Amino acid sequence: MDVVIAYMPMILKGTWITIAVSVCSVLLAVFLGLIGAWGKLSRSKVANSTAGAYTTLIRGVPDLVLMLLLFYGGQQMLNNLGDATGWWDYLEINHFTAGVFTIGFIYGAYMTETFRGAYLAIPRGQIEAGIAYGMGAHLLFIRVIWPQLIRYALPSFGNNWLVLLKTTALVSVLGLHELVWESFTAGRATRQLFSFFFVTMMIYLMLTAVSDVGLRWLNRKYSAGVRRA
Amino acid sequence: MGERGPSLFQAIRDFSESASPIDFILIAQHWNMFLTGTGYTLFLVTASLVAGGVLSLPLSVARAYRTPVLNQIVFAFVYLFRGTPLLVQLYLIYYGLGQLEAVRESFLWLVLREPLWCTLICFSLNTAAYTTEIFRGAIEAIPYGEIEAAKACGMSGWLRARRIVLPIALRRALPAYSNEIIFMVHGSVVASTVTIVDILGAGRVLNAKYYLAYEGFIAAAVLYMLLVFFITRGFKLWEKHWHTHLRPREA
Repeated sequence: MDVVIAYMPMILKGTWITIAVSVCSVLLAVFLGLIGAWGKLSRSKVANSTAGAYTTLIRGVPDLVLMLLLFYGGQQMLNNLGDATGWWDYLEINHFTAGVFTIGFIYGAYMTETFRGAYLAIPRGQIEAGIAYGMGAHLLFIRVIWPQLIRYALPSFGNNWLVLLKTTALVSVLGLHELVWESFTAGRATRQLFSFFFVTMMIYLMLTAVSDVGLRWLNRKYSAGVRRA
Repeated sequence: MGERGPSLFQAIRDFSESASPIDFILIAQHWNMFLTGTGYTLFLVTASLVAGGVLSLPLSVARAYRTPVLNQIVFAFVYLFRGTPLLVQLYLIYYGLGQLEAVRESFLWLVLREPLWCTLICFSLNTAAYTTEIFRGAIEAIPYGEIEAAKACGMSGWLRARRIVLPIALRRALPAYSNEIIFMVHGSVVASTVTIVDILGAGRVLNAKYYLAYEGFIAAAVLYMLLVFFITRGFKLWEKHWHTHLRPREA
């Protein structure tokens, strides 16, 4: 255990990167999820089928496969594009950006379903009432749809967040120096992989436990006004 | 005709190598690698689902009936495995256990130094944890009247479990369990990080061998999608069979 304590700054740095990747990619995922849900619910055929293809494709393929494909393939594609158009020279995407973009892109598909389900859960009468009051689309969204959308989306969002947090471990395979990568390196150097992975597990448990508390707080906050039996 | 056969093939091959964005002929030439990869993935997923499923039955009963001591132990096990990434669990078992002298010197080392066994153990425990939660929910959701009725008929605890509780609970758990199977297929890709050549492993080998960026991963992605597609289809049929009594009656 002494060795683990000696390496603690490294592990904590890795933990910080894990948290940063998770938070950045969940923000991207929510953004993409809102767009995707809009696409799935809109009357436009094109938006419908694009969003449909996005969710089926992404949810059908394991995340590590997509990550590797987007990380290596995406990089090559960008560089081929740069070659062909001459707009940029050789680009090297850093691991952090690549991780955030791939995880955000993948979980955007799950968030699409979350927000679509939440929107459908809003009672139709509320939206009609808003229209009857003469609210424009913008005002209706801010005052009626958005607060309830969050309320109905929260449970599923929480699930997605917990899964996403654990998925970030896979980014270590791409070579991002996050928690798993750091503890693997430290463990190999000191030949104490068990201790380091044990500590890693405990850190993940702590992160999920803290998220649980946070999610419960958010849930309470956004269900203000819901009558309970 | 004899002349045109090979030249047509050559033309396709040239197209595949230079013009097409993906060298599909190269993938086709390595079909046997992907086939064995699919075999490994299927084996890992089925074997761990069976082992994990068998393990989860008693665990979920212990949780649902709040068996003293056992309930807390199972809760801790489930919490540990559901709260940490599968990758870290696998690393801990495969790379980590070798650190412990006691493990290296016992007969267990014969099993635990093999990546395939480690992966199987890890996946089984992981899916057991998730399945325990699914079954526990299903057991707890059984209407109390059904159990009361069984008691009134004079069934003992074991008979009740066998005739009433488990058949109802397992049927109810089917949709959630089909999700778990798909998660398992998706999760099984981490096996490729401990040197097992499963579907993704085959893709990685292909890409590394020819220094490619897409081909292996795209082939792997397509294979995984097909696998998930067939599993979902199969489960729809199965659900239809086992949920016949729940469907609205046709007029």
